[in-house]
Amino acid sequence: MPTTAPNAAHALADVTASDSTLRSYLHGLPGVDAVGLEARAASLGTRSIKTTAKAYAIDLAISMVDLTTLEGADTPGKVRALGVKAVRPDPTDRTAPSTAAVCVYPDMVATAKQAVAGSEVKVASVATAFPAGRAPLSVKLADVREAVAAGADEIDMVIDRGAFLAGTYMKVYDEIVAVKEACGTDARLKVIFETGELSTYDNIRRASWLGMLAGADFIKTSTGKVAVNATPANTLLMLEAVRDFRARTGVQVGVKPAGGIRTSKDAIKFLVLVNETAGEDWLDSHWFRFGASSLLNDLLMQRQKLATGRYSGPDYVTVD
Amino acid sequence: MSDKTDKTEQLRLSVFKTYKLYVGGKFPRSESGRVYEVTDAKGKWLANAPLSSRKDARDAVVAARKAFGGWSGATAYNRGQVLYRVAEMLEGRKGQFVHEVADAEGLSKSKAAAVVEATIDRWVWYAGWTDKIAQVTGGGNPVAGPFFNLSSPEPTGVVAVLAPQESSFLGLVSVIAPVIATGNTAVVVASERSPLPALSLGEVLATSDVPGGVVNVLSGRTAEIAAPLAAHQDVNAIDLAGADEVLAKDLEIAAADNLKRVLRPQPVDDWSATPGIDRMTAFLETKTVWHPTGSLGASGSSY
Repeated sequence: MPTTAPNAAHALADVTASDSTLRSYLHGLPGVDAVGLEARAASLGTRSIKTTAKAYAIDLAISMVDLTTLEGADTPGKVRALGVKAVRPDPTDRTAPSTAAVCVYPDMVATAKQAVAGSEVKVASVATAFPAGRAPLSVKLADVREAVAAGADEIDMVIDRGAFLAGTYMKVYDEIVAVKEACGTDARLKVIFETGELSTYDNIRRASWLGMLAGADFIKTSTGKVAVNATPANTLLMLEAVRDFRARTGVQVGVKPAGGIRTSKDAIKFLVLVNETAGEDWLDSHWFRFGASSLLNDLLMQRQKLATGRYSGPDYVTVD
Repeated sequence: MSDKTDKTEQLRLSVFKTYKLYVGGKFPRSESGRVYEVTDAKGKWLANAPLSSRKDARDAVVAARKAFGGWSGATAYNRGQVLYRVAEMLEGRKGQFVHEVADAEGLSKSKAAAVVEATIDRWVWYAGWTDKIAQVTGGGNPVAGPFFNLSSPEPTGVVAVLAPQESSFLGLVSVIAPVIATGNTAVVVASERSPLPALSLGEVLATSDVPGGVVNVLSGRTAEIAAPLAAHQDVNAIDLAGADEVLAKDLEIAAADNLKRVLRPQPVDDWSATPGIDRMTAFLETKTVWHPTGSLGASGSSY
C-alpha cells in the first residue's frame, strides 16, 4: 500500500517552485463539468445495497466514523462519554466495531486520549483557529503543536479560504507545509477546504490538488459549521482528485467528507462513490472517514434492525 | 361516458382523484410504488389506493416521533382548538365524505349523511375533552406528610392505530381522535377494504392546523403494515381495533418485545353510541410528583 511521502519529493516538485508556477498549474487543471459531476454522483446514489452487503457497509461505515463534538459547550464529561462510545458504540452488542477516531477541540485532546486509552480509536483534533482560520500563522502553529503535544494522532486544519479565494495560492500552500511540519511524523494531517465557501467546483478541484501537493494525508470537505457541507458531488470530485494524484505521483491521500451526513443511507451512498471512483484501496478507515456525530446512532439503529428484524428507535442508542 | 347524450357532457373528461398517503404532513405515494383497487360495497371500482409497505410504516413512525414533542407539549387548550378546527373543516367538506362513506359502506345518501354528521360531532366531543381529561384522571393525592402529591396524565407517545375494518369513517375517527386529543401522535392503518375516507381525512387534517406528523395515514393490507408497527421499538402503544382474532394475537406477541401498551380489539356494534373515556385513558401514563407544602412549621423557614 503506498504511503504518504513528504511534499515535493515527487513528480510534481517543480509545480510548487514559485507562486506563478503553482498558479498556472492549478488553473491549468481541467475544468469541472458541474452537470456531469452531479449527475454521476446522483446516479451512483441509486445503487441498491441490501442484506449482507448492507451489513458489511454499515460495519465499514461505523469503523470509518470520526465521532465529532465541536461545540463551545463541550465539557470533559461529554468528551469522555464520546470516547467511551467511540470504543464501544453499541454496548448491547459487542460485535459492533469501534469508530476510527474521536474529533475534538485541542484543549480536550488530553481528556479524549484518556477516554480511548487501550483501544485502537485515534484522537483527532481540529486546530489552526478552527473553524474560521482567521488567526496569525504563529497562533495557528502554536495551536497545532499544543494539540500534538497533548497526544493528538491526527490534526484537522482549515485552509485560509480568504487567501485561496484571493488567488494567493502560495500563501495557502506554505501554511499547509508549515502545519504539516508542526505535526511531525506521528500525527496525520487532514486539510479542510470548507467547500461550501469555495463557490465553484473548479475551486474545489484546485484546492484538492493544492492540499495534496503541500503534503496533506487527508483532504476533508468542510468544518460542519457552514450551510453547505459534504455533498455527494463535492466528495466525488475530491475522490477523483486523490485517484488522479496517486496515478501521477504514487502517493495515496485519504478523503473525509464531514457535516450533513446523518443517515445510514447517505453513508452507504458515499461508500459506493468511494468504491466506484477511487477504488477498493480507499475502502478502509485509514483512507476514508466520515466526520459525523448523529450518523453513528443511525448506523447503530440500522445494525440493530438487521440483527433483530425489528425497527429500532432512539431509545436504544445513547443521547449525546 | 358514451351513453351520455348531452354534448358538453361528452366533451368533459372527468378528473380522477389520485388517493395518496398522509405522512409527516405530506402526501407521498407508497415507497413501494404499489397500489391496489378499492371497490364499493357492490364490487364496482372506485379508485386505486396506495398499497403501503413496511418502509412506509417506518417513515410514518419517524414522522410521528418527530411531531410528538411539539404536540404533547402544546397546551391542552390549544389541542382542543385544533381538534375543533378539524370539525369545522369536515363540515365544509361534508358532501365529499357523504359520497365516499355511501360508496364504501353501501349506505343510502341520507344514512351516510347521518354517519358523517355523527363523525363531525365525535371530533367536537373529543375536542372538548382535551383540557378536561386531566381533572378526571389526575388530581391531588392525600399523603401522610408535609407534601403535596399530585398525579397528572401524560400521553404515552407514538401510537399505532389499526382502524376498524367496517366503519370506515365514524369508526376511524372514533379511534384517532381519542389518541391525539391527549397529546399522543398516531400512525393509522386505514380500513383495508374502504380506505378512501381515511385518505381524504388526511387532506382535512393537513388544512386544519394539526401539525404534520401528528396523524399519519397509511392504506394497504392491514396485516402487512401492522406487523412491523407492532414489532417497532419506537412505537409505544398499539390499538388493535382493526385486527381480526388471529392477527391480533400475533401482533400482541410482537408488541410484547418493547412492552407496548396494547388495546385489544373489542366488538363495537354501534360506533355512534357515546364512547366514554376508555379510549383516551388507554393511551395515558400517570406521572406523580411530590412537592413540599408551603410551611414546614413554626420554627422552620417559610419555603
